[in-house]
Amino acid sequence: MTLVIKKEKPKSTFSKIVEIISTMASRPSGLIGLIILVFHVSLAITSPLYAPHDYKAIDPSLMLQAPSSEYWFGTDSLGRDVFTRTILGGRTALTVTFFGSLIALLWGGALGIFCGLVGGKIDDVVMRIIDAFLSIPWILAMLLIVSLLGTSTIVLIPALGFFYGKGIVRVARAATHDVIAKDFIVSARARGHGNFSIIWNEILPNVRDAIMVEGAMRWSWMLLGFSSLSFLGFGVSPPTPDWGLMISNARGLMSFAYWAVLAPIFGLSSLIIGINLTADAFAKALGIDRSTKAPV
Amino acid sequence: MLILVLKRILLGFITLFIVSLITFVGVEVLPGDACTTYLEREAYGAALEACYKRLGLDIPAYERYISWAIGVIQGDFGYSLSGEMKINDVLGPRVKNSLVLASASILIGIPIALLLGIITALWRDKMPDIIISTFTIFSMTIPEFISATLLILIVAIWLEWLPGIVIVPTGASISELLPNIILPVVAISMIMTAHMARMVRSSVIQVMASDYVQMAILKGVPYWKMVFKHVLPNALLPAINVVALTIAWLLGGVVVTEVVFNYPGLGRLVIESISNRDLPVVQALAIILASIYVIINLIADLLTLMLNPRLKSLQIKK
Repeated sequence: MTLVIKKEKPKSTFSKIVEIISTMASRPSGLIGLIILVFHVSLAITSPLYAPHDYKAIDPSLMLQAPSSEYWFGTDSLGRDVFTRTILGGRTALTVTFFGSLIALLWGGALGIFCGLVGGKIDDVVMRIIDAFLSIPWILAMLLIVSLLGTSTIVLIPALGFFYGKGIVRVARAATHDVIAKDFIVSARARGHGNFSIIWNEILPNVRDAIMVEGAMRWSWMLLGFSSLSFLGFGVSPPTPDWGLMISNARGLMSFAYWAVLAPIFGLSSLIIGINLTADAFAKALGIDRSTKAPV
Repeated sequence: MLILVLKRILLGFITLFIVSLITFVGVEVLPGDACTTYLEREAYGAALEACYKRLGLDIPAYERYISWAIGVIQGDFGYSLSGEMKINDVLGPRVKNSLVLASASILIGIPIALLLGIITALWRDKMPDIIISTFTIFSMTIPEFISATLLILIVAIWLEWLPGIVIVPTGASISELLPNIILPVVAISMIMTAHMARMVRSSVIQVMASDYVQMAILKGVPYWKMVFKHVLPNALLPAINVVALTIAWLLGGVVVTEVVFNYPGLGRLVIESISNRDLPVVQALAIILASIYVIINLIADLLTLMLNPRLKSLQIKK
């Protein structure tokens, strides 16, 4: 983590972002990750414009066709075009997990900084509760929430955001602890700044990097969690195309129609690998080493 | 030392207590309860009241929590909703099946993970490291259900070496289970091994760069003697805790893997009980899975404590 020195000529946010991205792209793994991520995001935004077939058009006469020039990736057990469904299949997953990680980042970061700053009894109690939440397997908690409240995106985004934010609380709290004893906090207090001003002007610039890296990592885990839910039948509801759901539907017939399973597998795996490589490169570009941390 | 151990155990119990509160309050606060979900459309009037009475839901929530908690402490989880069976009878064989699966995966996974981690660290950035690391990163990032599905497709369907789906009754004995669980064990231990190998790798690399190892090299200690006597004992110690956290985190993945292979363990029970809205069983599962997490972490803490003489006199750093 780099300390921000105030006297230095401040760079504009834009030039900082450009600098970080070019550092990320300077390593081959980072470049590959960025390319995959950009590809998937632009595909998710533009795919409805050029999807060759209707994703929900059921046609029993076209059941389980092998890949051909008309149906590039073949058709599934209901005669739907697998290519169309594959290019559309990342849209829900990307939207839900992107906003979910944003929520996780915000509440986890805020609570973590707060706990790190106030310390004492409140901090102890909050961290105990966080520990307890960490010890409930994510899948059980998510399944319970989803089965009682339904599987709409309105439920999934805050639920995922809440559950994947609890790990960020710890990281933000630890980062705040590192900063809080530094001289510039003491001098800010001596200058008579209030708590809010200290958080905003002194702590946040110094813990922001750590929290953002953590949020980026959560994104790939959340995508994994979200597609596991879909796979188990508790995520996106049919006929919306979604990779997890497509894999689960096509799995039973994969001995004759492997294409219907391989296409969504390729889509989902490449996106997760892309996000992971990007998050790793992001961490390295900001100088944060997270190689020894457990995925909690 | 003894006080420290007792303190750890006490903290574990406090965590479990909070978990039980969270699940209880969660089920209470979220809309719908055991009766409305069980009766569905007929959930009104006399039928609803009769159901409340039968399940004891007509008494206040805190009284129900207390009697439930007392039962759990005595090892009795009460009755399930759908089958009206004792939850203990439902859980027993499932716990055993999952334990067989988990211990087989851990027994195979940990030695391989140690070996791979050490190899990749000692040959850092050379061919063996690049090949193994690429493989571990792939199997870490790809979701369990994808690697399990691919395993079935390749090994069971294309090569026809092994059966793709486990077809054993829930009460099968261990000798009946073992030949059936090869693929699930491979699927779980692949991910677990990858995670642990990465931890071991970075830990060994850190120790190799430390001053005392450099000193040993300068003193002319033979390479392999240095690796085994100076590097490994110090490198594996911090890895224990991380490995424990990883195992606990992978519990979620085990649930998915069991579903893919149709394995009659705790994981499939999670899905079945949630599909049936069997909330008493869900609560029992939450407590059991959380206990596994707490116990694994406790064992890891105690192991680190026993293996590291410096920590015996110090407080464990949070």
